Amino acid sequence: MKNKQSWIDQRFPLTKVWNEHLAEYYTPRNFNFWYFFGSLAMLVLVMQLVTGIFLTMHFKPDSAQAFASVEYIMRDVEWGWLMRYLHSTGASAFFVVIYLHMYRGLLYGSYKAPRELIWILGMVLYIALMAEAFMGYVLPWGQMSFWGAQVIISLFGSVPVIGPDLLSWILGDYAVGDPALNRFFSLHVVALPLILVVLVFLHIVALHAVGSNNPDGIEIKKNKDKDGIPKDGIPFHPYYSVKDIMGVVAFLMIFCTVVFFAPAMNGYFLENANFVLANPLKTPDHIAPLWYLTPFYSVLRAIPPMFGSQFPGVVGMFAALLILIALPWLDRSPVKSIRYRSAPYKWALGIFVVSFIMLGWLGMQPVNELNAFLARLFTILYFAFFILMPWYTSIGKTKEVPERTTE
Amino acid sequence: MSEQTIDLKKRRFLTQAKLEMEFKSLPSKTPVSEQTIDLKKRRFLTQATSVVGAVGVGFVAWPFISSWKPSARAKAAGAPVDVDISKLEAGQLVRVLWRKKPVWIFKRGAEANAALSSPELEALLADPNGSGNSKSQQPAYANNTHRTIEGNEDVAVIVGVCTHLGCSPTYRPEPGAADLGGESWKGGFYCPCHGSKFDLAGRVYAGVPAPTNLVIPPYHFVSDTLIRIGVDPAA
Repeated sequence: MKNKQSWIDQRFPLTKVWNEHLAEYYTPRNFNFWYFFGSLAMLVLVMQLVTGIFLTMHFKPDSAQAFASVEYIMRDVEWGWLMRYLHSTGASAFFVVIYLHMYRGLLYGSYKAPRELIWILGMVLYIALMAEAFMGYVLPWGQMSFWGAQVIISLFGSVPVIGPDLLSWILGDYAVGDPALNRFFSLHVVALPLILVVLVFLHIVALHAVGSNNPDGIEIKKNKDKDGIPKDGIPFHPYYSVKDIMGVVAFLMIFCTVVFFAPAMNGYFLENANFVLANPLKTPDHIAPLWYLTPFYSVLRAIPPMFGSQFPGVVGMFAALLILIALPWLDRSPVKSIRYRSAPYKWALGIFVVSFIMLGWLGMQPVNELNAFLARLFTILYFAFFILMPWYTSIGKTKEVPERTTE
Repeated sequence: MSEQTIDLKKRRFLTQAKLEMEFKSLPSKTPVSEQTIDLKKRRFLTQATSVVGAVGVGFVAWPFISSWKPSARAKAAGAPVDVDISKLEAGQLVRVLWRKKPVWIFKRGAEANAALSSPELEALLADPNGSGNSKSQQPAYANNTHRTIEGNEDVAVIVGVCTHLGCSPTYRPEPGAADLGGESWKGGFYCPCHGSKFDLAGRVYAGVPAPTNLVIPPYHFVSDTLIRIGVDPAA
């Protein structure tokens, strides 16, 4: 055994990598519940890749056959229904996990120096994941696939001057149809998964270079013992590998319950209108994107057309997404963790969370006067969280941050 | 190895020879150590090579980018469509696909047709005359109150794609529908996606998400009962 190991080590840095990233990768000892979601996101990614590969074996990326091939997977392929429900529930689970993972970053200031690049790579991952999910939702070619694609792609048509040409370039046709379905399939199963895997790799390389943040928001590398090991650090393996397995078990219990008992999640994970074949002549009475895109969709709807164009709404929607990238530079607070933050920040974060959830809910509701008003109100509050951040993070009294972790 | 002595002299000679080989192509015959490197020239060459390389990348990228444009088959499928309206009753609407977009052909009754020019309705519209933002939403020959070809004011031909984000509005011709604002609803089209409203000529109401009137496609009457969508009338 020892011989084999050294034979490999002379040719590939196996032991080195194992130690650097697992057995001798020192992680803060005070991780809590919120630190499950990074490893869970990796689990869901692997699950999506595996189920996706098997679904691709039966799916037909052709507007005349796509819908029927999904029904074929559901009814005729052995265990096909399981593959498909794991994949469709996995998509929503991915966003549940990612939103909690990102919220953890907000709670404990994990985006602050020296972890800005981890945050930016994570944001790019999040945007790529949205594109991946959107294109995946188009593939079954149901009514919601078709009209969802129609609305989202129309956004690009509103770009001044080049809009119409850009639109027909993206679609490869005059409207959403077979060419769009075919290229979305290619992007969904080849290009974007590759990008996602590479980005996850970079995200982790950056994380392991800097080291994890923790609920106290202190740098454990500042306090090392005589061997150069952080006093508040414990090796990732076996301590956190075992802890994460517990998280995986809990997650899978909930996940499987959804897969087996409520795969459509009452229209939230698989919308009812998507069980009807795409019909370019008739828009469903109520259309909404899937729940994970609705906060941004609400922002889009909240901004009225200006100068005879809905482009301002489109800009607003993308701004709502991209402004998150600026977070490390907007936050002027001297402390990272919510435990030691000033009162104004705690209030702002609370209002932000409420705004984000309300925007998400409103994005699923039909438009009426009250909803339009609420969407505008929460859009303003959403942007206020970022624009006013340099101000409210520099006022108020922060608590003293301890030298060592507190748990 | 331990008993071997390293012949430093030999090594120095070999290194020197290698260096000289590398610089052989240089124009000057002076020894390497005495040569000055022309940094300006080197920078120019680097930049020139980069520019040529970038042009090459552009040339290679073009076929890939271009492959996303509508293919010859997609363009051919965008050919004109003929619609027989001999059985179309007043108030009735048919939908056909032209360039994969829904196109509505419907007959307005005399009453509905006359109501299009009522000041009461026009006050509710964003651009009733097609002179503002909606100027380019129809061919010049259809830029009138009814938004139709002269002489066939009762038959409307409209692309059924909301100018907001591309949903297909629903046909709601009944004036005063309670769910669409009662008295202020004069009959027309309602987009379920984002709540945009249009009148029976496809003109957009003020204060809704859609910025412009619906698009009128090029069309003409081949005969009294046959409409060709996609081709302008012969001048």
